[in-house]
Amino acid sequence: MNPIGIVFRRELASYFATPVAYVFIVIFLLLAGWFTFYLGGFFERGQADLVPFFSFHPWLYLFLIPAVAMRLWAEERKSGSIELLLTLPITMLQAVLGKFLAAWAFVGIALALTFPLWITVNYLGDPDNGAILAGYLGSLLMAGAFVAIGSCISAATRNQVVAFILTVVVCLVLLLAGLPMVLNVLGVVLPQFLVDAIASLSFLTHFQAIGKGVIDLRDLLYFGLMIGFWLYANAVVIDLKKAD
Amino acid sequence: MIETRELCKQYGRITAVDGISFRVEAGQVLGFLGPNGAGKSTTMKMIAGFVAPTSGGAKVCGFDVEAQPLEAKRELGYLPEGAPSYGEMTVAAFLGFIADVRGLAGERRHQRIDDAVGRLNLGGVMGQSIETLSKGFRRRVGLAQAILHDPKVLILDEPTDGLDPNQKHEVRGLINAMAKDKTIVVSTHILEEVHAVCNRAIIIARGKVLADDTPDKLEARSRYHQAVSMTVANVAAAREALARLPDVDSVEVDPQDQRITAFPRKGRSIFGAVGDLLKAQGIAVSELQLERGRLDEVFRSVTQGAAKEGARA
Ligand SMILES: Nc1ncnc2c1ncn2[C@@H]1O[C@H](COP(=O)(O)OP(=O)(O)OP(=O)(O)O)[C@@H](O)[C@H]1O
Ligand SMILES: [Mg+2]
Repeated sequence: MNPIGIVFRRELASYFATPVAYVFIVIFLLLAGWFTFYLGGFFERGQADLVPFFSFHPWLYLFLIPAVAMRLWAEERKSGSIELLLTLPITMLQAVLGKFLAAWAFVGIALALTFPLWITVNYLGDPDNGAILAGYLGSLLMAGAFVAIGSCISAATRNQVVAFILTVVVCLVLLLAGLPMVLNVLGVVLPQFLVDAIASLSFLTHFQAIGKGVIDLRDLLYFGLMIGFWLYANAVVIDLKKAD
Repeated sequence: MIETRELCKQYGRITAVDGISFRVEAGQVLGFLGPNGAGKSTTMKMIAGFVAPTSGGAKVCGFDVEAQPLEAKRELGYLPEGAPSYGEMTVAAFLGFIADVRGLAGERRHQRIDDAVGRLNLGGVMGQSIETLSKGFRRRVGLAQAILHDPKVLILDEPTDGLDPNQKHEVRGLINAMAKDKTIVVSTHILEEVHAVCNRAIIIARGKVLADDTPDKLEARSRYHQAVSMTVANVAAAREALARLPDVDSVEVDPQDQRITAFPRKGRSIFGAVGDLLKAQGIAVSELQLERGRLDEVFRSVTQGAAKEGARA
């Protein structure tokens, strides 16, 4: 088996070794449901789609994913097991990818468990299942970018709380950069091309674009590059800080 | 085979390792001795490829640990200081993980895990999560992990720390059993261990090699080497008689248990003469012993001597 797969399996199993994983999944599902039905007015809208469900994902992820990612490397450094991991015959890239994919898969499992909503809309009406699939894809990609950021920041500290807070802040900035309200304010002081550039860096812009059901290569590329960049930074940070 | 060449490691302004070069061949068990903070663990971390040296380099089985890290790591079994592992995993799952990473599969995987578990008596705790194990058991899990793939080179940072006397004995036996065809480096603060397992010892302090010799030769540096100790009824008479022997340099009496030690002049042997003298004088002896030399004394004089020189410089 490939070393990435071996690290991945160990890491994913370690999520489920404690009740925290189940608590996380339950909270995720409860919040997703609450946002959708209560804040999103799922029934009141009278439309068979999952737009209210997906529109809250960025904000749901903002707090839940840093909690998933914070332990990835901080814990490893705190317990010293990083010394064991990095003296095994695997490359840094394999270790980083294996751990990242495990955290991403964990979020993916939580996301997949929202399938009853999809069944519900299909039962109630005749939704555009293509758009729903695109929504899931966009959400999963965005989650990946969140996890990559969290993984990188978790490598910079051995304190999980610090990792959590820093990750929330960075993710918040990347979300806010796409909020129309913020962009309007920025438009007053900055030239339009800069505002556009900032908007194009935001998760929100690309997530919403995918959620409309049109899968543009540029949006996929954006998340791919985002994940790639943060994971590369992750490897660099580990190299610099691993022995401290 | 391990080779280090002018290894240096600087942590900010602290020089942890300061130009360490040595070569260890298969069949050698090298004991790494030195006071706390001497740089033993840092040197081992650099050989294991965890910490990059500030300058200099290391080779494991001919593979440079920086240029060919994977090849070097494959040949190496490493027990890091404190035997870290994944606390939430069971021992069985943890060893399974290591076996997978080491590329062990099928029958050989079974065989290697059984072998390591057997050698370290882990059979009873396979299903227990590592964080709930006692310190000694955790260390044994770390050792099992290090020997799992039957590596050519073993680096063990304080392998017997926290083990009970029986387990210390077992682990020393384990190291001796593997010594024949492997290259082994162990760090330890337990000097009797050096005799029990090592055929070579390096003493380092402040990141520098101060002594590199066989344990026997190191002991020969002790002023106790070839001295004769005894317990007698009439201490005063014995002391006087011994001091008159031509080859005896000095005589000391331990203030606590009144044990007498006679030190020979350099290069002389006095055991026979002392025995004859005691018999001739009719002094009743309850115990008489030829000293080999005391490693702890050599350790102290080597490392503290260096500290004084360092302070003067
Ligand atoms: N990550 C680090 N950052 C800064 N200094 C360090 C770091 N690791 C080790 N040192 C310093 O390097 C020196 C050597 O430490 P090292 O752990 O190698 O000693 P040691 O010989 O293993 O000691 P011990 O017998 O206590 O285990 C010490 O002065 C230590 O404070
Ligand atoms: Mg040490």
